[in-house]
Amino acid sequence: MTVAVAVRRVVRRMGFWEAVLAVILVLFGGVTVLRFTRGLGAVTNLNDKFPWGLWIGFDVLCGVGLAAGAFTLTAIVHIFNLRRFEPIVRPTVLTGFLGYVLVIIGLLFDLGQPWRIWHALVFWNPHSVMFEVAWCVMLYTTVLGLEFAPVVFEGLRLERPRRLLRSVATPLVIIGVILSTLHQSSLGSLYLIVPSKLHPLWYTPLLPYLFLISAVGAGIGMTILESYLSERAFGRRLEMDLLEPLARAMVVALGVYGLLRVIVIWKNGAVALLRHPEYEGWMFLLELCVGVVLPVGLLLIERVRMNPTGLVVAAIFAVLGFVMNRLNVSVTGMEHAAGIQYVPSWMEVTVSLGLVALGFALFAVAVRYLPIFPQPARGRVG
Amino acid sequence: MSVGLLFDSTRCIGCGACSAACKEANGLPLPIEDHTTAYTWTVVENVGGVNVRRLCFHCAEPTCASVCPVAALTKTPQGPVVYDAERCIGCRYCIMACPFGVPKYQWDRPIPIVGKCILCAGRVAQGLPTACAAVCPTGATLFGERDALVHEAQTRIAANPATYVDHVYGISEAGGTSVLALAGVPFERLGMKTNVPRQPLPLLTWQVLSKIPAFVAVWGVCLFGIHWITKRRDEVREYEAAQRETER
Repeated sequence: MTVAVAVRRVVRRMGFWEAVLAVILVLFGGVTVLRFTRGLGAVTNLNDKFPWGLWIGFDVLCGVGLAAGAFTLTAIVHIFNLRRFEPIVRPTVLTGFLGYVLVIIGLLFDLGQPWRIWHALVFWNPHSVMFEVAWCVMLYTTVLGLEFAPVVFEGLRLERPRRLLRSVATPLVIIGVILSTLHQSSLGSLYLIVPSKLHPLWYTPLLPYLFLISAVGAGIGMTILESYLSERAFGRRLEMDLLEPLARAMVVALGVYGLLRVIVIWKNGAVALLRHPEYEGWMFLLELCVGVVLPVGLLLIERVRMNPTGLVVAAIFAVLGFVMNRLNVSVTGMEHAAGIQYVPSWMEVTVSLGLVALGFALFAVAVRYLPIFPQPARGRVG
Repeated sequence: MSVGLLFDSTRCIGCGACSAACKEANGLPLPIEDHTTAYTWTVVENVGGVNVRRLCFHCAEPTCASVCPVAALTKTPQGPVVYDAERCIGCRYCIMACPFGVPKYQWDRPIPIVGKCILCAGRVAQGLPTACAAVCPTGATLFGERDALVHEAQTRIAANPATYVDHVYGISEAGGTSVLALAGVPFERLGMKTNVPRQPLPLLTWQVLSKIPAFVAVWGVCLFGIHWITKRRDEVREYEAAQRETER
């Protein structure tokens, strides 16, 4: 059978979303070649005035934040011993693990000399937040790998390594929670050093705390969203009895976060900028509306919270608002000081979309071949 | 003692000899561009009739050196903030964080490095002045001990208060810099950053980073404690249930 015939057969069997996925991944491959042969300037709209763009703002800041469900869920089950949440731990840890792997792939695109990524292991600078970030990425990806490994061993029927990992499950979870706390907050700390560059609507000494709390909220949002997508894709039922209490935890996290945001701009005086909002002001209001007001407002209504659609819509708002926040900190809030507008090139967008697509594809593959969900999935994959 | 430069914009004629000398001394490729890049570390810009040099200020406590995850940027005891291209991984945090917008990147290369003025660290180590200062025909760029330069700058302002703005740029910006500047018009009008904090910026992140070891210890103990208590509570509950079972 020739390649052409094989390709045609595969294409004919594809559904709509598989086709979209395939197109994105093909473009992704093309841009990858360009990126590593022509350099950053050829594929990105980055320059000396705007050295960090979509790949940092979305791939790294959002990738890490949206993987926060993993440490939140493992803490709930293993540290608070709320065992009933066990059924959704595996897909959440998988999401977290894939999220971190994709962050690393994103970093390999963004770093000027990615083959030197190991330098942070040998050349130390403990005064650098980026140094902390590098170590947290490496260590927590390892921890997530070890937390997920039992699933792989179970799939391969390897009893001995599985039992070995099980015996260190609790210490692993504790290390994972510590690393996550450090890592989520450190992404906010990255911006502590630019008080004269980041817009006052976003700059605050509380950035590390805000990044941590918002990641907990959005991480839970992702867990809900991922349960919903699994229901759609793999013909599973929605675990409303578990997701509804999680949604209440999300309300608390987002509520605290929203209050802190308001207190911050009240105290530093930036609230005055909202009386006649300009570009930054509108973006701030939109972000807070989508990421805090809407999800908290919706989920406070019991009828909405108990309803699968209502729950998922609120979770989508929370995740969307979270993404807007990270992009506002990394892009919108930095534009004024840079003196230029940054709009990512289509190739930057392609790489980011490609990473998301890769995430979906890997998740689907894992679900098909590994015991991710408690009972075997009924529906067709994809 | 650390060295530095004093740039007096009122004495600069904009000849550009400093840029050319910099290119030669540091082996940088031509042409001399009209703004600083990874290949052009210093230029003279004409802003509203005033000639202003653009170059690295060489902070006493450099933001770039503090943010670099692999310590590729370091402050030497003599004053220059130097760059080790062999260490650099290309995260560009230095470019993003520098309050003066100094470090630049080789965006056009597949294997890029950062470029910025290194205060001719090699020449300075041999006891020579920087190439730009050595070649300056009017003495607009003066090389010397930083303390002596501060004194010189203050003397010039005191002697000609009508000529100068009453501020030595770099005396306190970002906690103080090795390169100082004088001007006859307000510095912000010359495109120089005047919103830079007066304290060293690395403090802002060190306040957080220095707490990590203590935080890890306390948080670790807390998490283990919670786990211990909740687990014990479950065990007791199971035991009591079993007891009730046997009593019956």
